[in-house]
Amino acid sequence: MSENSSNNGYWSANMRIISISLVIWALVSFGFGILLRPLLSGIAVGGTDLGFWFAQQGSILVFLAIIFFYAFRMNKVDREHGVDEE
Amino acid sequence: MDQFTINLLFVGSSFALYIGIAIWARAGSTSEFYAAGRGVHPVTNGMATAADWMSAASFISMAGLIAFTGYDNSSFLMGWTGGYVLLALLLAPYLRKFGKFTVSEFIGDRFYSQTARIVAVICLIVASTTYVIGQMTGVGVAFGRFLEVDNTTGLLIGACVVFAYAVFGGMKGVTYTQVAQYVVLITAYTIPAIFISLQLTGNPIPGLGLFGDDVASGVPLLTKLDQVVTELGFNSYTAHHSNTLNMVLFTLSLMIGTAGLPHVIMRFFTVPKVSDARWSAGWALVFIALLYLTAPAVGAMARLNITEMMWPNGGINGGAVSVEAIADDPKYDWMDTWQKTGLLDWEDKNGDGKIQYYNDKNAEMQTLAEEKGWKGNELTKFNRDILVLANPEIANLPSWVIGLVAAGGLAAALSTAAGLLLAISSAVSHDLIKGAYNPKISEKGELLSARIAMAVAIVVATYLGLNPPGFAAQTVALAFGLAAASIFPALMMGIFSTRINNIGAVSGMLAGLVVTLVYIFLHKGWFFIPGTNSFTDADPLLGPIKSTSFGAIGAAVNFLVAYVVTGMTKETPQAIKDLVESVRVPRGAGVAQDH
Repeated sequence: MSENSSNNGYWSANMRIISISLVIWALVSFGFGILLRPLLSGIAVGGTDLGFWFAQQGSILVFLAIIFFYAFRMNKVDREHGVDEE
Repeated sequence: MDQFTINLLFVGSSFALYIGIAIWARAGSTSEFYAAGRGVHPVTNGMATAADWMSAASFISMAGLIAFTGYDNSSFLMGWTGGYVLLALLLAPYLRKFGKFTVSEFIGDRFYSQTARIVAVICLIVASTTYVIGQMTGVGVAFGRFLEVDNTTGLLIGACVVFAYAVFGGMKGVTYTQVAQYVVLITAYTIPAIFISLQLTGNPIPGLGLFGDDVASGVPLLTKLDQVVTELGFNSYTAHHSNTLNMVLFTLSLMIGTAGLPHVIMRFFTVPKVSDARWSAGWALVFIALLYLTAPAVGAMARLNITEMMWPNGGINGGAVSVEAIADDPKYDWMDTWQKTGLLDWEDKNGDGKIQYYNDKNAEMQTLAEEKGWKGNELTKFNRDILVLANPEIANLPSWVIGLVAAGGLAAALSTAAGLLLAISSAVSHDLIKGAYNPKISEKGELLSARIAMAVAIVVATYLGLNPPGFAAQTVALAFGLAAASIFPALMMGIFSTRINNIGAVSGMLAGLVVTLVYIFLHKGWFFIPGTNSFTDADPLLGPIKSTSFGAIGAAVNFLVAYVVTGMTKETPQAIKDLVESVRVPRGAGVAQDH
């Protein structure tokens, strides 16, 4: 959707970080939690399998990691490109 | 002291606390009423967002839906937390940079159109009102139980309390009150869960106990639960039984709906800086995750406890619980108290003095029932929404824990209902009346119209809450579908595309909202009036796609229509492209401007 009209490295750096984050976001929830669950069914976790764990615990923990990673990374990118709030 | 007095004490003192804080931090000016003067720290803001967000649906209803379905309802867990990733990455920092007070102001300015703003307001009002209906369902359950009256009376009393509470103050009062409410609700949710996890698994952390061993039998808790429920003819707890496409769409609807709900987005207008908006979303999810990581354990453990309670002598071969035991044994007192609310009931259909609880729709069980002389499932009614509130009683926890949970459930329902009513009232008074109809309205007139809008919203929600379209969390899920289909795509396109123009955005929002609303009404009844539906979610119009999952499709329609219509109409003016560019960089984010 981005027309990449912001002709600076800042916006493309932001888009790159967002894309990586969203791939992980989808992988742990829709992937491991739902669609890929059959592939993970061999890995036993406490009376069930890894897919169940991702659906009810793991995905939430990864979501947290993604948001804090993004905040940390972007606040740094802001400074590197000199667009942070003084 | 009897249980009723203890409940009253806990609920009463928690209310006194909230009202005390609301008076102490009363909203003075209009800008304080809407956005708390922007002086809120990210951690505080995160906590208040969590309280605002975790409603009757999360607190009262969700674990019950998971308990009786198992893995298939994991969508609620992933959907209602995964949305924060979208919010943090795609919306919060930019909307804070934009620096206005409401979501519809952004849409109106970005799409340089008064019509766009009004359409956004309508979308917000539709989604928020549906959301409040779900809250009222939860309020009815909580008040019904704690005042020991039937559900309808509980709902009417609850509505009065919510109203009195919401008109009290604006965001500022609400922000600090909600921090207090968060503390009450998270304590109330986790303490019984810790007790129960210790009882069953010996592990004090419920999220770990869920994957631990059942102390009584030595086998893993979830294996044990699968055995116990399949023995009675129910679906196994951990396996995937529902349609995969529907589960994916439902999860996605909840996620994008989360990122499109006005009362959550508004929270990110109240932090001082753009970088704080990013952190705020993270902190909000930390506080939310505390409940969401606990909820699946609450559900699974309650299901095990209930099933073992109905078959107390070692499963189906040991014989069911007797009618006398339910009446006399103090362990079963919770059944008698909940029966009064009309949300739990049982009937000894075959007159054998015992209450057989099993899945009478299962063919094998029907054969077995024939042999044993059972005449169908005798636990005739078990409303999913009572599970969390009944949980401490079911597990025989001390009476102060039960009082605490009653206070927590009410805190959850009240805080969200108040936040939503605030969003509705600001949409009507600030965006519709001041923004579109009468820009010269006085501050006093604006506050008055805000309060009238609140009153109307609560009357409508209460009326529809008497015959809700589903359990609290299901009704709330419909609200998310509506927000997903209308608001989220418009916001996202507004930030990530400079191309989408005014007519494109308006057509997109209207198309998304209308198809989703029509799909929901076709399945849940027109305007949620029971009996006017042509389809049911058991047999939906479009293949496996239930009305609760349609939001994701509505969002896709929104994106597509906006894109196509933009291609056919006039280009976005340069000034608007510059606005989008400026929203994308944090530098220069000042204090918000009012119109």
